[in-house]
Amino acid sequence: MAISDRDPWLYTISSKRKLIDFNFQEIWRYRDLLILFVKRDIVTVYKQTILGPLWYVIQPLFTSVIFTLIFNNLGSISTGMVPNFLFNLAGITAWNYFKECLSGTSDTFNKNQNIFGKVYFPRVIMPMSVTISNLLKFFIQLGIFFGFYMYYLSIGAGVQPNTSLLLFPVYILMMALMGLGLGMILSSMTTKYRDMTVVIGFGVQLLMYMSAVPYPLSEAHKKFPGWVATFVEYNPLTQIIEGFRYMLLDTGTFTWFGFSYTLVISVLLFLVGIIIFNRTEKTFIDTV
Amino acid sequence: MVILKAENISKQYRLGLVGTGTLSHDLNRWWHRVRGKEDPYLKVGSVNDRSAKADSDYVWALQDINFEVQQGEVLGIIGKNGAGKSTLLKILSRVTSPTTGEIKTRGRIASLLEVGTGFHPELTGRENIYLNGAILGMTKAEIQSKEAEIIDFSGCERYVDTPVKRYSSGMRVRLAFAVAAFLEPDILVVDEVLAVGDAEFQKKAIGKMQDISRGEGRTVLFVSHNMAAVKSLCAKGIVLEHGKTAFEGTADDAVDFYLKNEKEQNTALIERTDRIGNQKLQVKAISFLNNKNDLVNDVISGEYLKVRLEIHKNSTVNYDRLFLAVNFLDSNLNFALSYTNDEMGYNLKELEQNKFIELEIPNFYLRAGSYNLRILITENDTQAENFVDLIENAATINVLAGDLWKSGKLNRKGSTAVFPGKLKVVDD
Repeated sequence: MAISDRDPWLYTISSKRKLIDFNFQEIWRYRDLLILFVKRDIVTVYKQTILGPLWYVIQPLFTSVIFTLIFNNLGSISTGMVPNFLFNLAGITAWNYFKECLSGTSDTFNKNQNIFGKVYFPRVIMPMSVTISNLLKFFIQLGIFFGFYMYYLSIGAGVQPNTSLLLFPVYILMMALMGLGLGMILSSMTTKYRDMTVVIGFGVQLLMYMSAVPYPLSEAHKKFPGWVATFVEYNPLTQIIEGFRYMLLDTGTFTWFGFSYTLVISVLLFLVGIIIFNRTEKTFIDTV
Repeated sequence: MVILKAENISKQYRLGLVGTGTLSHDLNRWWHRVRGKEDPYLKVGSVNDRSAKADSDYVWALQDINFEVQQGEVLGIIGKNGAGKSTLLKILSRVTSPTTGEIKTRGRIASLLEVGTGFHPELTGRENIYLNGAILGMTKAEIQSKEAEIIDFSGCERYVDTPVKRYSSGMRVRLAFAVAAFLEPDILVVDEVLAVGDAEFQKKAIGKMQDISRGEGRTVLFVSHNMAAVKSLCAKGIVLEHGKTAFEGTADDAVDFYLKNEKEQNTALIERTDRIGNQKLQVKAISFLNNKNDLVNDVISGEYLKVRLEIHKNSTVNYDRLFLAVNFLDSNLNFALSYTNDEMGYNLKELEQNKFIELEIPNFYLRAGSYNLRILITENDTQAENFVDLIENAATINVLAGDLWKSGKLNRKGSTAVFPGKLKVVDD
């Protein structure tokens, strides 16, 4: 190892910071850690359980059944041609991914203060690993959805995919960016002041009802007061859920305006998240 | 070749709780920044003396620390509890950033701040080796190439495919240290890891540390309370005191400076605030006497010494169940001599009416050198929650070389006892 006095400094530790300090090279160097964290998240969740990974499947199925009972049977919300159960399952599968990303990343700093307080590695690895491991869970749940989807297709129950299905990867990316971005913002905010943790608890639940998960947007327009319906419509999450159902079930609405506006918002949220996360990661251990 | 350079490192902490008051400071700070002004709270803040009452909400844990480390050098960082050692290490290992100043480095820094970081209880030993290695900055390929060595060094081969939650705490530490010991950063930061594990493992760990620093020519920053380890492992030393550099030089000089400094603070025993225990009783003063009852500061090896303790009573205790230990510690802070009233079969119940305790040592058999006194008084048993008064470095006794054997030769310096005995060549 020949290092000489003329060599440049490898790095500098100081209080100064750049606005966006997203060091791809460094993250790449730690890619093995990222993979191991993803593996750890997936493997350890259901250790010492009997049903194991089956729990990934049971969760959305039961929720869909309950939603169908309450909103469609009891509340008589119409889902058009689409079977109620499939409609709910689609919404819940998509919503779950966003929700898991958000709640998984929103306590990054608090949950990992032990490990962050002792060693350095790019902190952003943690929320990234949450997003990726949730993506794998999402694919499992999507598999279940497609199982039912095929069944309903085969009995000719008025569902069919349409060409916007090509945008499917973009929708997944938007959900990931939004969950990650919002999660990073929240986790940074909660390091010093814990107020936000209280909000996250019930806020996510409420947000679901405002994001057209258990009902189609058209119903919202019919039955909600005007301003609430407008809020639901312009909520980027509604756009994602609606778009998701549109491409798979051919129900609801899709506009290029809504799509691009959601894409811009999710990228913005992600960037703001990274900036705030960067600001926090350097000294959060002093205030956590 | 300078591999690491610290320039004007300072670190400020806020005291007290985080609450609404903090928010107003945060807003004020933000408002100053928006207007392009300096942080108003950087000007305040007092020197970090744990025992003194704070006159400000802010405290400087580190202030203007400057040092350079050459490649291959082993630097010891010593200081009392709260002197800023851990804060410095945290900054070096990028866990937190300094308030002002910067550290420049030409190599990668890895730290063993506390081994076992990121162990997941549900994963097996082998899986945790990979996870922990990756957290410490190794790639999968690197760990793979060293896996066998790591498992061998840890001595946990049998349990390596068992979840870590089934491990004993000792095994966890062994495994964790084994992973860390095979790290190959340019600069290694070590903090007190040697204080763990059984004697056999400690020996192994110290040996590995020596290999790393000597054989492999690695740059090491070593923080420890173990003066003997600092002396034997390090070439250079820094003494931190209340967040400032008090001394910089060779490791031997730094250890001497540190110990001398500790002693100077002993002048007024009764004013010492770094006592541990419920303080129902306090050791108010300690004096040394010779066999003519004159006050002395030193004793000749092998001669008479009397230690007199004056006890100050703040409230009543169960004198019948009082336990007293008088320990002599050598310059490396190892126990050299220990007297306890329970072993000596002496009950201290008469202390109820009196306030002096005397320890009479007819022949003080320690070699020449200076020794610190550590006094411990407890009630009922020696559990930490029953400590009445524990005071480290309560006094210093200087032992002068003596002619114990009446051989006309003074005995050598050192921290071992010179015990009476006879040497004889015998036939058969």
